[in-house]
Amino acid sequence: MIEVSGLSKRYGTYLAVNNVSFSIEKGEVVGFLGPNGAGKSTIMNILTGYLSLTQGKVEIDGFDIVDYPEEAKRRIGYLPEIPPLYIDMKVREYLNFIYDLKKVKFPKKPHIDEIIRLVKLDQVQNRLIKNLSKGYRQRVGFAQALIGNPDVLILDEPTVGLDPNQIIEIRNLIAKLGKNHTIILSSHILSEIQAVCKRVIILNRGEIIADDTPENLADKLSKDRSLMIRVAGAEDDMLSALRTVEGVQRVASLGVKETGTCDFHITPREGADIREGVFRCVSAKGRALLSMTDNALSLEQVFLRLTGAADNEEARRMLGFIETPAEPATEQKEDEAE
Amino acid sequence: MSAIFKREFRSYFTTPVGFVVLAIYYFFLGLYFSMLYSYGSPDVPSVVMAMSTVVMFTIPVLTMRLMSEDRRQKVDQALLTAPVRLSGIVFGKFFAALAVFAIGFAPSVIFEIIVACLVKVNVLAYLYALFGILLLGGAMIAIGMFISSLTESSFIAAFLSLIVNILVLYMSSLASIVKVSWIATLMQKAAFISVFESFGDEVFSVADVVYFVSIIAAFLFLSIRSLEKRRWA
Repeated sequence: MIEVSGLSKRYGTYLAVNNVSFSIEKGEVVGFLGPNGAGKSTIMNILTGYLSLTQGKVEIDGFDIVDYPEEAKRRIGYLPEIPPLYIDMKVREYLNFIYDLKKVKFPKKPHIDEIIRLVKLDQVQNRLIKNLSKGYRQRVGFAQALIGNPDVLILDEPTVGLDPNQIIEIRNLIAKLGKNHTIILSSHILSEIQAVCKRVIILNRGEIIADDTPENLADKLSKDRSLMIRVAGAEDDMLSALRTVEGVQRVASLGVKETGTCDFHITPREGADIREGVFRCVSAKGRALLSMTDNALSLEQVFLRLTGAADNEEARRMLGFIETPAEPATEQKEDEAE
Repeated sequence: MSAIFKREFRSYFTTPVGFVVLAIYYFFLGLYFSMLYSYGSPDVPSVVMAMSTVVMFTIPVLTMRLMSEDRRQKVDQALLTAPVRLSGIVFGKFFAALAVFAIGFAPSVIFEIIVACLVKVNVLAYLYALFGILLLGGAMIAIGMFISSLTESSFIAAFLSLIVNILVLYMSSLASIVKVSWIATLMQKAAFISVFESFGDEVFSVADVVYFVSIIAAFLFLSIRSLEKRRWA
């Protein structure tokens, strides 16, 4: 549906987007993640034909955005960071205008009625946009993007500045639309991406540093698959019992953090899944397992690690995209030991 | 184009701008007409011809927000990502402003009818004057729209447009201080006022029409380029 290859954008001497390539299939919901200035909005603006590209190729449903802008734009609904609203118009009047502007073929009134219902604008459809709250303005922006029922929706930080209820509503809406639209969504709220996207593209300094599912990203980055558990009762012989569990490499006692319980930190051997074994061991001792958390990274931690990396090379190395010189390093250590 | 035209035209009347400009035109048209009428020489073409200064002052008000406001409110993102050509956007806006301007001269039709009921009139002379003022207004609107596309501030757009309007309309008056003779001649001939006044002569001159039409075309083209250039910035 969306094919981007070798995309670069230069502002004077500043390279805002550097050789970015990705491809998005029909029906995918993809999240763009990155710190401010990573190039998320710039890429979105290029995809929608608002900005020109310096180098590379962008195709929407087979139509090149440079050579066939009208065909490509017809297939895209765009909600920019700041919703593009004429504040001196009424909501319905504005949506009628966008309908005319996009030269939509569907019957006008039912189509706009449907969108108004979908984004819950019924209450305000005859009010001036000027007088609407930020949440409603955002919805009008959303409605604007939906007019003409485009296959691709590009949403630049759709929930920014909304209250928690509105955020949930918009998120549900995105999930609903995701069933029959291809969606690209940018955000710096990680939980949002995690909630609605099956695929994340992490951008930093104009380059893609990761492109995967949120779970895989967390997996790749967390070398540490250790568990933290809390067991009811005193420590006693728990430590030695846990050490006997199949696949356990090391167990450390963390002492008492809550009266009447004790905590342990368990490190498994490479590749072993010890969760069930730990549970059975604790229950065999007649104890209650009160909590078990694994140290898998949340997307938030993934993001911080990647964008906090010294440079994009290092970030890619963390993900194993580039072969790490890690093994030679350990060999060296062994050499020294000898 | 029609969507943009409709929206822009309507926006002149959802804000006071359209009404204020129309009121100014109606006031001065009425004033000039009643003055001439009371002197006993109700010549509607000269009423229209007398409006050039009023036009010069009011066009910037019509054009100041035309492009700058879209950019300031970021609505241009909706326009430029919609499946429309840049020329469609520019033409739509231009004709919306021109339509409001043309409505401003509607009362002159009534004046002409009143006069025609009383004496024999040269309708052609009136139509020619009307055509002239539309071309003059069109040229100033095109220039003003281009200036508006260069800035995000409607105030700066209005101010610059006014200065440019004064210069292009009356540059013939400055010709005397220019030492180089061919530039002085050019300034005299090319001043909008010199070209416009020939429309009051009841003689149809293709050259004058072509002059204004080319000015309009040139500045519409520049406005399109100015939108296009922003994509490359």
